[in-house]
Amino acid sequence: MIYLFYILVFPGILFLSVFALAAEFIDRKLYAKLQNRIGPPWFQPLADMIKLLGKEDIVPTDANARMFKLMPLVAFTSTVTAFFYIPIWGERSIYYFNGDLVVVLYLLTIPTLTFFIGGWYSTSLFARLGSVRTLTQLFAYEVPLFMGILSSALIANSWSLSEIAVFYAHRPWFWVSNIIGFAVSLIALVGKLEKAPFDIPEAETEIVAGSFTEYSGRHLAFFRLSIDIEMIVGASLLAAVFLPFGLEFSAPIAFIFYIIKVLFIVALIAVFRTIFARLRIDQMVHFCWKYLVPLSLLQLLINLILKDILT
Amino acid sequence: MHNSDEFRIPIGPQHPALKEPESFSIALKGEKILGVDIRLGYNHRGIEKACEERTYIQDMYLLERICGICSHSHSTCFVQAVEELASVQVPKRALYIRTLIAEFERIHSHFLWLGVAGHEIGFDTLLMYTWRDREIIMDILATLTGNRVNYGINTIGGVRRDITDDHKRQILEAMEKLEERINYYIQIATQETTIIKRLSGVGMLTYEEALKLDAVGPTARASGVARDVRKDDPYAAYGEIVFNVITDSHCDVYGRTVVRLKELLESLSIIRQLVNNIPEGPISVRVPRKIPAGEALSRYEAPRGEDVHYVRSNGTEKPDRVKVRAPTLANIQAVKQMLKDRQLADMPIVVAAIDPCFSCTDRMVAMKSEKGASVIKWQELRNYSIEWYKKHGVDFTELNKKLA
Repeated sequence: MIYLFYILVFPGILFLSVFALAAEFIDRKLYAKLQNRIGPPWFQPLADMIKLLGKEDIVPTDANARMFKLMPLVAFTSTVTAFFYIPIWGERSIYYFNGDLVVVLYLLTIPTLTFFIGGWYSTSLFARLGSVRTLTQLFAYEVPLFMGILSSALIANSWSLSEIAVFYAHRPWFWVSNIIGFAVSLIALVGKLEKAPFDIPEAETEIVAGSFTEYSGRHLAFFRLSIDIEMIVGASLLAAVFLPFGLEFSAPIAFIFYIIKVLFIVALIAVFRTIFARLRIDQMVHFCWKYLVPLSLLQLLINLILKDILT
Repeated sequence: MHNSDEFRIPIGPQHPALKEPESFSIALKGEKILGVDIRLGYNHRGIEKACEERTYIQDMYLLERICGICSHSHSTCFVQAVEELASVQVPKRALYIRTLIAEFERIHSHFLWLGVAGHEIGFDTLLMYTWRDREIIMDILATLTGNRVNYGINTIGGVRRDITDDHKRQILEAMEKLEERINYYIQIATQETTIIKRLSGVGMLTYEEALKLDAVGPTARASGVARDVRKDDPYAAYGEIVFNVITDSHCDVYGRTVVRLKELLESLSIIRQLVNNIPEGPISVRVPRKIPAGEALSRYEAPRGEDVHYVRSNGTEKPDRVKVRAPTLANIQAVKQMLKDRQLADMPIVVAAIDPCFSCTDRMVAMKSEKGASVIKWQELRNYSIEWYKKHGVDFTELNKKLA
């Protein structure tokens, strides 16, 4: 029974959806404020969601209807599942085992794949171009993201997020050594979330909406919700690995710390969105392999040396 | 020969990158552009033909509505041609006011362009900022002329509204504010890495190509062609004003941005000179309704480049023929050249970089009359369009009766 509560209410689908919509609101409002606009009212993401749920569902005639309809759900479930392994209100998440870090990273890759498959099977030209771009981009940011996050696991000597959190919580200044990894992973996360300057797969002025061009109604609603949740999960992952503050306090205070950390990362992403123009796909791949990968390798090297010194 | 990995992607007639309907059919191989087919004609409104059915004064207001951005350009260009036909000496003060509005128009057009360019490269912050600052100039225009877009300040033989000392003060104050903002945008455009990455080297048009393809306006000037009607063939008050023709040697979209930004500063200096030196006197002279027979060609440097109006009169109060050559028609040929071997991602900004105005450009190439007549009467054209829409499911017959 308690597991059902975990999955459906807290920290599962209900909490995650509410938090994701709230984060979308903060992202949009902050983006608007930075651009000297008024921005949406607080209920706008929810209103958008309800509106989309009530709209007609159109599946292109040539599309593979089953895949087309299935992909939003796969994206939604994989992001929600990933969330259970991330510590939120303390040093331990609900479920943990040695190796859950890899599982979370794996589950976070699935939404990107669903964007590709959904776009590919909707058979529209714009959607296909978008889906190819999604995959191209995946190969650019995935390596630095993995290396950035795994290098911090190296010092902690564990592949479990909860173990990593415990390790860093008891050694409060160790997070400083991972600051390059944090920067690299944050930039790679922007690529994963397909937000500017890496919103190339959805570049509105080039390929309309990329993979999502043919999506409408509740399928689009679920895709949008899973992107919002992906943002939360990604931010939580970064917060758990790189910002290990406040975990030693009691559950409610640690939870407030967690919310602040996630919103901080969401705000950083909104700022990136404000101050950069969209790059081209070749420039993006170039940037990732030329700057992000060497930086993440540097982080790996630093952590290997540190580990050697410490043990 | 088409391989399986080559395909055509339709940008337009309806596409988020385009502000007006126009069709670009792009042959792609992966992300690389192999070729572009441009098809104009989705915005045809029959304005040239309609001009022949209206008096000169009515035409002036009609031509002002060719374009929402360079409205003053078209009306001034037409009025200049008519005044030449009628041999009217326009008062100095009127010419100064026309020039003043023209430069305001250039500023608001370039600001608008900068915002659109930002949007095309996914930099919406620039769009929001520039369009906010553009409001300063829109307010000034509304104060001076009563309107934000179609100013209606021209009349044949002068202008319709005078400017007061209070206006002068307001203008000079606004120019201070704008100068600060323009310098800020110049700083952003020349220093922000992602902007430079997206703009430089994109849409190359060499000096020779610009000459060969007859590019005009900022597009030509960014390729080093010092072509500016204001300098080459001074009209209105430009002969008495000191200003530079801005050119740039980058030959790419970045160069076009720099040229437009620097032109903004030149415009500010022109406006200051105009306001400080405006002569006293009447603002218009009376011109008879019937214009003597003859033909005239008028050139005008619109924000987007050289605008040409040809007017032929047959001695009545309606023109015999009006022909408009908007700057976009001259520049659209260059787009094909600019897009050669570029990536799909460059397409929106390359098209936007000529500051296209498709509604100015669209002309009808051929028109068949059912009776076999070579000249089509306005009423026939109108009936044809009503029939065409009826066939496509929209019935304007009732509306037509009401309007007739």
